[in-house]
Amino acid sequence: MNFTLKIWRQKNVTAKGEMVSYDVSGISPDSSFFEMLDTLNQKLITTDGDPVAFDHDCREGICGTCSLYINGRPHGPVKGVTTCQLHMRAFKDGDTIFIEPWRAKAFPVVRDLVVDRSALDKIIQAGGYVSVNTGGVPDANTIPVPKEKSDAAFDAATCIGCGACVAACSNAAAMLFIGAKVSHLALLPQGRVEAAKRVQNMVACMDELGFGNCSNTYACESDCPKGISVTNIARMNREFLGAKLFSEKEKVIKESL
Amino acid sequence: MTRLNARIPEGPLAEKWTAYKSGSKLVNPNNKRKLDIIVIGTGLAGASAAASLGQLGYNVKVFCYQDTPRRAHSIAAQGGINAAKNYPNDGDSAYRLFYDTIKGGDYRAREANVYRLAQVSNQIIDLCVAQGVPFAREYSGLLTNRSFGGAQVSRTFYARGQTGQQLLLGAYSALSRQIAAGTVKLYNRRDVLDMVLVDGKARGIIARNLVTGEIERHAAHAVVLANGGYGNVFFLSTNAMGSNVTPAWSAYRKGAMFANPSFTQIHPTCIPVHGDAQSKLTLMSESLRNDGRIWVPAKMKDVEKLRNKEIKPSDIAEADRDYYLERRYPAFGNLVPRDVASRAAKERCDAGFGVGSTGVAVFLDFADAIKRKGHDAIDSLYGNLFQMYEQIVAESPYETPMMIYPAVHYTMGGLWVDYELMTTIPGLYAIGECNFSDHGANRLGASALMQGLADGYFVLPYTIGNYLANEIHTPRFDTASSEFNLAAQAVTDRLQQIKNSGGKESVDNFHRRLGKIMWEYCGMARNDAGLTEALYQITELRHEYSRGVKIPGRLDEYNPEVEKACRVADFIELGELMVRDAQQRRESCGGHFREEYQTSEGEALRNDDEFAFVGAWEYRGRDVAAELHREELQFNEIKLSQRSYK
Repeated sequence: MNFTLKIWRQKNVTAKGEMVSYDVSGISPDSSFFEMLDTLNQKLITTDGDPVAFDHDCREGICGTCSLYINGRPHGPVKGVTTCQLHMRAFKDGDTIFIEPWRAKAFPVVRDLVVDRSALDKIIQAGGYVSVNTGGVPDANTIPVPKEKSDAAFDAATCIGCGACVAACSNAAAMLFIGAKVSHLALLPQGRVEAAKRVQNMVACMDELGFGNCSNTYACESDCPKGISVTNIARMNREFLGAKLFSEKEKVIKESL
Repeated sequence: MTRLNARIPEGPLAEKWTAYKSGSKLVNPNNKRKLDIIVIGTGLAGASAAASLGQLGYNVKVFCYQDTPRRAHSIAAQGGINAAKNYPNDGDSAYRLFYDTIKGGDYRAREANVYRLAQVSNQIIDLCVAQGVPFAREYSGLLTNRSFGGAQVSRTFYARGQTGQQLLLGAYSALSRQIAAGTVKLYNRRDVLDMVLVDGKARGIIARNLVTGEIERHAAHAVVLANGGYGNVFFLSTNAMGSNVTPAWSAYRKGAMFANPSFTQIHPTCIPVHGDAQSKLTLMSESLRNDGRIWVPAKMKDVEKLRNKEIKPSDIAEADRDYYLERRYPAFGNLVPRDVASRAAKERCDAGFGVGSTGVAVFLDFADAIKRKGHDAIDSLYGNLFQMYEQIVAESPYETPMMIYPAVHYTMGGLWVDYELMTTIPGLYAIGECNFSDHGANRLGASALMQGLADGYFVLPYTIGNYLANEIHTPRFDTASSEFNLAAQAVTDRLQQIKNSGGKESVDNFHRRLGKIMWEYCGMARNDAGLTEALYQITELRHEYSRGVKIPGRLDEYNPEVEKACRVADFIELGELMVRDAQQRRESCGGHFREEYQTSEGEALRNDDEFAFVGAWEYRGRDVAAELHREELQFNEIKLSQRSYK
């Protein structure tokens, strides 16, 4: 198969970027999208060109490293897959393919298609955990967890932290990412203890880092390669409101004493 | 002649770890604050170690090449994690887990380490559940288990087909908590290119900032390597693209011995190679072998018809199918250990019975299981794996059997460590896949996650204290010292040299060529003549690489080609050592199959009289052959026997 690629090129975070056109030919429909880009890069290297930088690692759809905005959609046209699991058979021979980095204020470009997503780590550091130490925990079967809850927690916990939800959102909101983590832990008895504090801290952190507000378009769910549901955002909002009301009530009680 | 002392505690096997912990030195909280530890890698071993050490109060610096610690390749582990909980009441115990692991490893692992692993396995499950890891549960709300290769009990805990992801996110969350608390400092997008030794002890590292290209110096009182396995020496493997041996290899060059490098695991159930542009191989979890049946056509005429697409797999009658694992190994059937299953697939394909367009694949068929358990039950067990397969191959395993073939997956070999997980360099530790410790010549499924977390959460935090207790008077190190200057200069020179080699061929090309040599001569089957040939070809390749590789761009910028160039240079050296190790081991054991040494039935033929040892290699210089040291393995608890799964 042959393709024309229009790729965003940008030297570093401060440089000005531009779209540059490349042709690739002789691509197998069974090749992955990255194997197609590998072919381009090999050609660029041997012809004294400048290979395109892009983030990728496991190439099996689970590490969340890959992050291309392909033809106007995070991870490209196929629903429920990451870019590394996108195969060229999803395109037509002769197609022109537009490839850009994630676009969000909180994700500055490192080079070409590579962006800095450490803001997502910061949000997790703000509370995306159960404060348990190594050692001194009860036997794993001490606390039964209803299977339905456990399964729902698992569904939320399958988020790979790729940031597609942010890239898909017109407001560059990270609500689905945070909603998934808040839900995962709030659904389990182990995470319930800190649920109120967790949601408040994570949301506050998100606001500080320059993520926008929820656009209510559900674009995040639609483009999430792991199918994380927007119901997680609803749950987070409930958790957040509940936590706020509770802390207000506590304040009132304290003041009245 | 040997300097290897495993320092295994005295006493009965089951009491060694308790005795060790009671007798080891402690560091008081005030002193912990004054001690710095560097951890390299944020997979299950690295993240769990960094989090646990930070929680204890040490100052921890953690390094990863990824943009965030959550992406380390442990994330891709699918099937599960073993523990001797015996929740199913099917007769499991720490002893049985220990026994299965030693036997599965074909009697080439150290008894004391493996017993400890089995002992701490239960604590791992407790901790992970407390962290919020959503393991699979029964309707009662209690945890459920499944069976896995090489065991006759169900001891594997799992989270659908994403157990590694969930465990790693648990460790990552614990690590994030410590980062927030300020006990751990994260250095992401860094390649660790060298170890710094002061007076023979590990005292720091030289790292390259992958975004700016800056060469950085970091000092510490101890250094922990958790940089994973080296399967990418084969170019095509199930490892992540960035997985590399470089930190461990730099330690080897500085004097840490490298043990059993030729012990690599070829996983039987991977998606077959599709073509020349292929960049990596994808694993299909071993758990699929619980319900999938492996077969090839029994008759050559069916093989030909399949290849010409005249018939579909389902057109072949039951009687005309060769369920070769069930035929050869009735007791374990499709659940034989990985090395056995891989070799059996190779045997059938070599005999011409392979399927698929290349003839290098076998069927993994779920038709019976779907009939027996129903579509929904199979979906809940393997849904995401089936989906993944369909995305890659464009065929649905619900409708037609999967096609699979063995691929490089895990490396049992690694840096030699003693009972405390310390390498032959004082103060330098190796944990998880990057050490050689627990899996002998073959790792059982669901044991890698167990070992990574055991080392990081429950072993290293104890053993490192025993060393650091003697370091409380050692002040923090100056990274402007001559040792750091020398190491940093050496790294800079090496980078310059690679950059200026002035060649025309890309790094990937060299890597692919190396992979072909390794797979051909040092893969699933090895022989003396082939290994000699490999040695010759690798030496040639090394010389060509030093003057023929082309690196575009600059060193002081984000440049993935520079990263790859360093890694491949190390892989070439490692490849040579793997071949030497495979050559010296004139026996077959586990994943190491020497064609000259097999039983009349084609099974691996061990030679316990001469080879019941760990082969640890000492670096003697770039153009000098490495020196082999032996750690004789003592089996006091287990009687050595030929492994039988029949």
